Amino acid sequence: MLHISATKQVMIWLTVVVGLLLALPNGFYGQVESYNDAVEAGEEATGWPSFLPSGLVNLGLDLRGGAHLLAEVQVEDAHETLIESLWPEIRQALGAERATIGPFRQSADAPPATLRIQFQETDGIDRAVEIIRGLARPVQSLTGVGASDIEVTRGSNFVTVELSEAEKANINERTMQQSLEIIRRRIDEVGTREPTIQRQGAERILVQVPGVGSAQEVKDIIGTTAQLNFQPVVSIASSPDGIAGPGNEILPEATPDGVEPSVYYVLERTPVVSGEELVDAQPSFDQNGSPAVNFRFNVSGARKFGDYTLENIGQPFAIVLDDEVISAPTIQSHIAGGSGIITGNFSVEESTNLAVLLRAGALPAELEFLEERTIGPELGQDSIDAGQIACIVAGIMVLIFMFLSYGLFGLFANVALIVNVALIFGLLSLIGATLTLPGIAGIVLTIGMAVDANVIVFERIREELRTAKGPARAIELGYEKALSSILDANITTFITATILFVMGSGPVRGFAITLGLGIITSLFTAIFVTRALIAIWFARRRPKTIEV
Amino acid sequence: MRLRLVKQGTNIDFFSRAKLWLGISGFMMVLAVVSFMVQGLNFGIDFQGGTSIRTQAEAPIVVSEYRDAIEPLELGDVSITEVFDPSFEENQNVAMIRIQAQEGEESVTNETIGQVQTALQAMDPTLTFTAVESVGPKVSGELIQTAFIAVALAVLAILLYIWLRFEWQFAVGAVLALVHDVVLTVGVFSELQIKFDLAIIAAILTIVGYSINDTVIVYDRVRENLRKYKKKDLKDVLNISINETLSRTLMTSVTTMLALLSLFILGGDVIRGFVFAMMWGVLIGTYSSIFVATAILLVLGVKRDWSKKAVAAGTRYGDIDA
Repeated sequence: MLHISATKQVMIWLTVVVGLLLALPNGFYGQVESYNDAVEAGEEATGWPSFLPSGLVNLGLDLRGGAHLLAEVQVEDAHETLIESLWPEIRQALGAERATIGPFRQSADAPPATLRIQFQETDGIDRAVEIIRGLARPVQSLTGVGASDIEVTRGSNFVTVELSEAEKANINERTMQQSLEIIRRRIDEVGTREPTIQRQGAERILVQVPGVGSAQEVKDIIGTTAQLNFQPVVSIASSPDGIAGPGNEILPEATPDGVEPSVYYVLERTPVVSGEELVDAQPSFDQNGSPAVNFRFNVSGARKFGDYTLENIGQPFAIVLDDEVISAPTIQSHIAGGSGIITGNFSVEESTNLAVLLRAGALPAELEFLEERTIGPELGQDSIDAGQIACIVAGIMVLIFMFLSYGLFGLFANVALIVNVALIFGLLSLIGATLTLPGIAGIVLTIGMAVDANVIVFERIREELRTAKGPARAIELGYEKALSSILDANITTFITATILFVMGSGPVRGFAITLGLGIITSLFTAIFVTRALIAIWFARRRPKTIEV
Repeated sequence: MRLRLVKQGTNIDFFSRAKLWLGISGFMMVLAVVSFMVQGLNFGIDFQGGTSIRTQAEAPIVVSEYRDAIEPLELGDVSITEVFDPSFEENQNVAMIRIQAQEGEESVTNETIGQVQTALQAMDPTLTFTAVESVGPKVSGELIQTAFIAVALAVLAILLYIWLRFEWQFAVGAVLALVHDVVLTVGVFSELQIKFDLAIIAAILTIVGYSINDTVIVYDRVRENLRKYKKKDLKDVLNISINETLSRTLMTSVTTMLALLSLFILGGDVIRGFVFAMMWGVLIGTYSSIFVATAILLVLGVKRDWSKKAVAAGTRYGDIDA
């Protein structure tokens, strides 16, 4: 019989009410947003009743405006740094047995991420290999049980040291984690709202910052490696073409954009102290009143720095930031306290930024930007407005058309359609999904397609009425026989929505979400809500004949 | 009075000219492929790499002036198009500038963008940049690949689903109809040189979903009628099924079209290409499920005895119980 039990009625209408309540905050977007901000900040929140749900649909970057960046972390950089840092240890270990293995030096023409040690006498090489192998440490990883961190191979008159695959995998993982963490800290320091910082695939990081004017601003903050080093100066040159000895490097002085550097420094590659040992950095001014950055080392950094300055009074040392020499002062006296000041040609803004970067720590590897998009907030607002109008007009046209076609039953379907759109917004708010411009298109498309299930049912009822089984039976049969078609049709559409969601990114994914949710809600409204409406109406009126 | 798109008791013979329809479809597909081979698609930066800049100025746009401003930078292929939309105000003159990926640049650099912005602002100080997007060649290559896989996967998944729910002939018919829709959509984009970007892939997948939706409804009725009319000619059964579902097919197409039309006119220029693809898709999706998918069933022939196995195979959902 065309009867729905009271429990089911309650369930259906409860779902509808909950859905409507969840969707409600989106009708008062600005109001609820400021309320939520206040709650988050721990302030007294007004403007929205606290007993109502306050979840909102997140607006995607294409609607809100902001910057989207996809960066690839150059993990090879980290390999390079690590292998380079092995040299002092190896030099020391080999040096202790120079008597047996003879003179040796670091070869300058080693392939990337390898260390090559050249020997004058070949007799001692086997012993050298043994010593270096002795320095290897076991790698802790799930796959590389018993693996060690370096691989040592012997050549004719040299020994090559490389990182093992297990160690590389470890480093890559660590580098990604660190990069993510540092990018997050840097963006948080600048204080924009709700940034998205996500790892994508093995070596990529997706950064989305709403509300900034250009991707360049974000890049300036996260793209700088901010690797700060204090390196001993070997000599000063006037061109970058000089030959640096093994273990040395030639770096230019820091200059403003577009100005060719005129002074180059030959530096020892291994730093005395690096930025990792900084505990604090603050923008300040030097004694001449120009912007500068004050910094403080941790205990071990302070000791290293103190020892070095004590032993090298009168010698210059270089403060190097991202392979540019910011300044190269001469050590005047023993600097013991572990704090110092970096001066250079900074503007106030630059010194503030530098302090932020130094505080957050250096990126372990460089970033290469593969994709960047900036959407202006006005364009986003235009898109929202246009989408809203299109939604309303689409809705009204479909409502009228359905009423004209199916009369009272069309009205039932229309109620279901309105509930359907509200439910989509309710679900989007509930799961905290992001609404994008194609997502709005997905909703409009759903408005058009949501009535499909009802159309199928109503057409079927019309057919059943022709074979004259009485209205109640016809309605029942209509729903029953239409169900298999409706399910088949929606499952196939759902399959494509799922594939879009899995394979797509950004706006396309937003479209997949609204399309997929739209299928679920439209199935619910078309099958349950209209049926409940029809059952209530039928029980009241008990019509002898119906027209669909 | 009720609005009826299809009169009650309509009985159109859809197969009297089946060969003609298949011929037309085949011919259109060949045209689409030829257009694709000759002209190729107008790939957006998503698939080609490069930079696109959306500008807004108070003064009317003179494309040649823009070109003159950018020319000295020697950036290779630069395309400048003016954008029109009814919602724009008088002093809202929008243009899209597309710059190809610069040689030797694996990733995106802001130097080029900065140069272009400076050059344009020197020409018209009221100019603002409402959107700037850059995609490096590395990513764009992957995006093409992903998009291709996504479409292929969708078609494959549907093939499998229809095969499970119906018979292989239905699956083949549905998928051929889908391929037909996708080919014709790509053909239109190549012929009209509309920008083809990631959103269009989403549109194509939606078309796939919509078209299969339509086809499945017809097929479902075919299966039902095959059980009902065991003695009738396959051609007649197919005809009855199409006629019986015709009203629904047209109703849904019209409501969907109404919604899309309002989006096309009012939804702004940013998604117009996307909406166009979907409108076209609804049109040919409807056509293909009526003419192509069933015609293929007729050509392949289907199993006629559905009486026993159908239930055993679990091809019928339980009664709805609301």
